[in-house]
Amino acid sequence: MQHTANARRWLRWETMLAVALVADIGFNAGVSPYFMDAWTWSDATFYFTERGLIALPLALLIIAGEIDISVAGIMALASVAMGTAALHGVDTPGLVAIGLVTGTLAGAINGLLVTVGRVPSIVATVGTMSAFRGAAYAVLGDRVLNHYPASFATFGQGYAFGAISVELIVFLVVAALTAVLLHATRWGPSIYAMGANAAATRWSGVPVDRYKFLLFCATGSMSGLAAVLLTSRLGSTRPSIAQGWELEIVSMVVLGGIAVTGGKGTIGGVVLAALLLGFVNFGLSLLNLPGLVMWIVIGTLLIAVVAIPALIERWRTSS
Amino acid sequence: MIDVRTFVLARHAFVANRDAVLACIVVALVGLISLRFPQFATPGNLAELLDDTAILIVLALGQMLLLLTRAIDLSVASNLALSGMIAALFNRSYPEAGVAAAIALACASGTVLGAFNGLLIWRLRLPPIVVTLGTLSIYRGLIYVISRGTWVNSSEMSPAFLGLVRERFLGLTCLSWLAIVCSVAFWALLRHTILGRRLFASGGNPTAAAYIGIDAGRMQFFAFTLSGALAGICGFLWVSRFAVAYTDVALGYELQVIAACLIGGVSIAGGVGTVFGVVAGCLFLGVIRSALPLVGISPFWQMAVNGLVISAAAIINARGDRSGRRQAILETVDAERRTQGN
Repeated sequence: MQHTANARRWLRWETMLAVALVADIGFNAGVSPYFMDAWTWSDATFYFTERGLIALPLALLIIAGEIDISVAGIMALASVAMGTAALHGVDTPGLVAIGLVTGTLAGAINGLLVTVGRVPSIVATVGTMSAFRGAAYAVLGDRVLNHYPASFATFGQGYAFGAISVELIVFLVVAALTAVLLHATRWGPSIYAMGANAAATRWSGVPVDRYKFLLFCATGSMSGLAAVLLTSRLGSTRPSIAQGWELEIVSMVVLGGIAVTGGKGTIGGVVLAALLLGFVNFGLSLLNLPGLVMWIVIGTLLIAVVAIPALIERWRTSS
Repeated sequence: MIDVRTFVLARHAFVANRDAVLACIVVALVGLISLRFPQFATPGNLAELLDDTAILIVLALGQMLLLLTRAIDLSVASNLALSGMIAALFNRSYPEAGVAAAIALACASGTVLGAFNGLLIWRLRLPPIVVTLGTLSIYRGLIYVISRGTWVNSSEMSPAFLGLVRERFLGLTCLSWLAIVCSVAFWALLRHTILGRRLFASGGNPTAAAYIGIDAGRMQFFAFTLSGALAGICGFLWVSRFAVAYTDVALGYELQVIAACLIGGVSIAGGVGTVFGVVAGCLFLGVIRSALPLVGISPFWQMAVNGLVISAAAIINARGDRSGRRQAILETVDAERRTQGN
């Protein structure tokens, strides 16, 4: 009963996102005659693939009642690690492994701070966000690393078939895996439960701390993977890489209908929110509007998403 | 049963002790550095250090009020930058209106921006972290819109606009005096007024506070409005001190402000924090910032050191504060009420 009511509610949320997405695509098509083209769409996907890749495990983490705002810092650290290794002649498979391992280790540090150190995750990751990006600055200063092997470019610049990029394939595969994990395995309900009431979940025999630790590791490793894609696409590493992305990624998750108070949301919503933000962003770039106008749009969307249901609720209880 | 009074006293002793330890660390740090670099501890240099840290102190005091009531303001740096830009644009267009008008405008703008956050959080019971994440982006974007991406340079500012912040009184700058006055005022507010006790109560236990007639949401609104006003004034001070206004002013500074509070022992779970601790936390960050280049460490290390300090402080705080409510910041006051069955 509760479940079907929830399902209806999220279905409605996702429908709203889908309608907004279609409207934006229509708007973009109206703005530019070149928009309705497979290669244009392919370009547009780069506006969300890397951010969306991190938003997926972060959504699980937020549903479980925690948060990680060090994700962009992890990306910078992983990118610097890869760049330094490339300078010493490490080849492409080694670089990818280094990116993933750096990300996972950084995520493990966050997980340990929260589960063993008992630090609230928002405090812990504010600290590690500075520590990770700070380490990137400390290693690199104002230098640039760009001695990547030619084959490394495949991930960010390559196409799997036709106009479908490697990045898009990676995003879709991870999205499918995350959706299955949350919605079709027995781990899913546990993740929802610990976000709704961690103490009760622990008492019912779920190893809450182990789950949370693993979710932090997963978020870290996906940040590492996103760093592989972004570094490969840009072909260079600066310590300021992906600066400010944590806010965009958290916004993406919240826009996807994941409640920051934990226990609510679906992966479908996050994927739709990723597409929506990507296409809105792309549309604004078609209009030659600078990134800062995009900030206003994201911020307004974010507040509207939480304010509109609250307003409806208020109106309903008062009448 | 544990005697509640013993528990409360032990808690107070820990908090007071913690502040004293932090203050000792700051003094010891200054002592250590001046052993090697005697010019560091000269009155002139220390006055400059206070001048450098003053804006951080004022902002951190405002943020402390919010954390006490279980709120958080991520938009504080955007508010500062937008208010500063408004003051600078006003001064460019009407230099004859005088510096007082520019300050009043910056303060009014900061108050409105802060109150907007507070209103959404109070009346609609939205999570503060989401609202202020949104307004962080919106306010920053608005700077671009009103300035059309241009800079306001020192040559476009009136001498009075640039001069006020550099005035000295008894050897200290206006900025330093503002930080001192704010610290004393906040101490008096929190320690000696009913409003101050209500702020602590609303964050310490919103349910209990509701039973004795304190509206926790309204306390949050008050905290947002006051800290917004301070952010607005700081916007003017920032622009006048650095003699330039542009879109990226104080970008990411909200994290410094929150870090200073955390180092100063303010609990993210609400209801715990002291003015003394926050000021010591700010000075700690200030001393490190001015000492790093002196000791010969590249300024690029600054961020990493900050991060490590925040993490260390967080672990120490977690050791001291083992109460069950760990992450109040992600909850709304409403959620708290619902779970308590009120």
